[in-house]
Amino acid sequence: MNNGWRHTAKAFRWRRSLWIASLLTPALVVMVLFVLWPLLSAFRLAFYEFNGLQPTGFVGFENFRKVLFETPYSDWTYNALKHNIIAFAALMVFENGTAFLLAYALLKALPGHRIHQVIVFLPVVLSAVIVGFLWKLFLHPLFGLVNQTLALVGIGAIPWLGNESTALGSILFANIWHWLGFPTLVLLAGMQRVSKEVIEAARLDGAGDYVLMTRIIWPLIAPSVTIVTILTFIGSFNWFEIPYVMAGLTGSPGGATDVLGLYFYRTAFGSTTTGIQDFGQGSALAVMMFIIVAGVTAIALRYLRRREIEL
Amino acid sequence: MSRRRIGLALAAASFAWGLAASVAHATDISFWTWRQEDKAAYNELFADFTKANPDIHVKFESFPDENYPTIVSTALAAGKGGDVIHTHAYGWLEQFVKAGYFEPQDMTSVPSLANQPADALVAGTYRADKKVYSLPFASQTLGLFINKDVFAKAGLTPPTTWDEFISVSKALKEKGIYPLANGMGTSWFNEMFVAIFTNPFLGQDFVSDLTSGKTTFKDQRYVAALGKLLELRDYMPDGFEGIDYETAGQLFISGKAAMLAGGSFDIATYRTQNPAINMDFVAPPMAKAGDTPQVTKFFDGGYAVNAKSANKEAALKLVNWMGTKEFGDKFSALLGNISPIKGVVIKDELLAHVAKLNETAMPHINVVYFRFEKPTGSELLQGDITKMMSGSITPDQLAADLTNGLAKWYKPFQGK
Repeated sequence: MNNGWRHTAKAFRWRRSLWIASLLTPALVVMVLFVLWPLLSAFRLAFYEFNGLQPTGFVGFENFRKVLFETPYSDWTYNALKHNIIAFAALMVFENGTAFLLAYALLKALPGHRIHQVIVFLPVVLSAVIVGFLWKLFLHPLFGLVNQTLALVGIGAIPWLGNESTALGSILFANIWHWLGFPTLVLLAGMQRVSKEVIEAARLDGAGDYVLMTRIIWPLIAPSVTIVTILTFIGSFNWFEIPYVMAGLTGSPGGATDVLGLYFYRTAFGSTTTGIQDFGQGSALAVMMFIIVAGVTAIALRYLRRREIEL
Repeated sequence: MSRRRIGLALAAASFAWGLAASVAHATDISFWTWRQEDKAAYNELFADFTKANPDIHVKFESFPDENYPTIVSTALAAGKGGDVIHTHAYGWLEQFVKAGYFEPQDMTSVPSLANQPADALVAGTYRADKKVYSLPFASQTLGLFINKDVFAKAGLTPPTTWDEFISVSKALKEKGIYPLANGMGTSWFNEMFVAIFTNPFLGQDFVSDLTSGKTTFKDQRYVAALGKLLELRDYMPDGFEGIDYETAGQLFISGKAAMLAGGSFDIATYRTQNPAINMDFVAPPMAKAGDTPQVTKFFDGGYAVNAKSANKEAALKLVNWMGTKEFGDKFSALLGNISPIKGVVIKDELLAHVAKLNETAMPHINVVYFRFEKPTGSELLQGDITKMMSGSITPDQLAADLTNGLAKWYKPFQGK
């Protein structure tokens, strides 16, 4: 009897394991084939020299040395990295800052807040390619909406995307326009979770909007801020689509909009007009990007989580 | 079963077998290209080929231009890809040949190689073994488009020398017409823009000195020629730094601009976009009166055979046919491109004029000589030219960046 029960339990456990395995296997296969294997391949290729399109020999850290310490490659790497860092800082201040203010305004449920919520989120559903193309048209020096409007007040044609000092800012503006709705929604969700009693108590103690925002809401939405910060960081260092559509593969003008994503793509896969493909150096760049994103994300998560508890 | 039925069944079986055999003997090969817009013309050409070779059918398959190198290299690395591959020339081709992806072509496998001029064959030849891997398909010419109606309306004559160019441009600008449609918003064209306007100041001697290692891009002839480009800024549209090549083309064909530095590859496009356009294609301004008019010429690419093709014989047969005068005549007529094949008759008047200009053309220096290793001359020049035109670096700095960058792999520049 006891043996029979044990046998049934064993069979049940076996069937259950098999069932779980059958559910996990497809996802695992996809992950191994399309995530893990390419990742490991990139790691491996980063240590090989390429002559033409075939690896010709193991060269250790030579590809990393070239992209980090040998001109002109190192100049291009640091130039692109600088733009990724600028993008992160700008998005944190302008995109997430604006998102915080917008979320607070929406939280206050002013008249028309529902339609505003939709309007703010609407560009997020558009593809980055469409947004990039649209803003490229808007910013066209001769026929663009922006310059046509400025011409009405006597301001001449500004080459927004052709001038080194305005190109990156213009692309960042398009990116902010595209994504603003996302952090707004995340922060709004965080704000809506803040207990009404806490807000009412603060109000009764005489807290105005500024104090409420900085002393009550801000610390209590720390988990949402962590998510937004981490996603902004990952997005800034994997940035590709909008710069590609608006400034091309070379990050024109003169590399003023070059970012690591573009530089990696250009190096690994070349372009019809510049020539050579170099999977070795390209893989070295990809590995570096992975280390930056994964490493900083892990450290930042640890730090921000601790801050959440302190706040 | 009656004898009659058995007979009928046997007849039906033989018919089916015969049909299957004929299908099995027909060879289907594919042609891979980035030229989606040429589909109709190529299909017409391939129909002619199949008429002469009924056992071979060619399928046209095109891919986006920007991703073409990636798609082709990935496919070939996996032992797949088209049987015949449309390639770019020079350094682009070489990286594929180094990897062993293309079949060498010689006078036995592709006898029509004999129809190609020597400078065209260089574009499809691997420097290390001197073998041809891609049969050249077209030469491209860079020069100056002239909107004849705009000039006529303004009462001006198209310029031939630099001084004339400047004075004509001033006059056009005063009449509210953009003298030169170009901007700096398209990286790949910026490199061509440099070649168009600097080559008449450089001349063949500079090219010889450069390629023989006697001089570098730091040479004062090159720096001075770059300096000339800065003078053009006053005659380009407002906000030229952000104007791309497509916009420049629209300004030109719509008559808002009188001239456009461009390529013969766009003649057909502009005619399609504005069938009423009355245009000419001339050599860019010469340094001084009496100089030889000098357009810039390069070979765009060719037709290569996939080394892993299961239908190599049929693929080589097609490539050989693509090197014949019959193909060249129709190719030029249908696509408005100049075929390098000897004896090709170009019926279009403007295209024939371009072919004539090619006789004294300068090579596109960067494309022909400096795209073989990293960093390529194109990468370096495309990165710096917008900076120079916006005034953030000088022609001297550009020349130094170009020379020092190329010195990484081009031995004659090392230590100079």
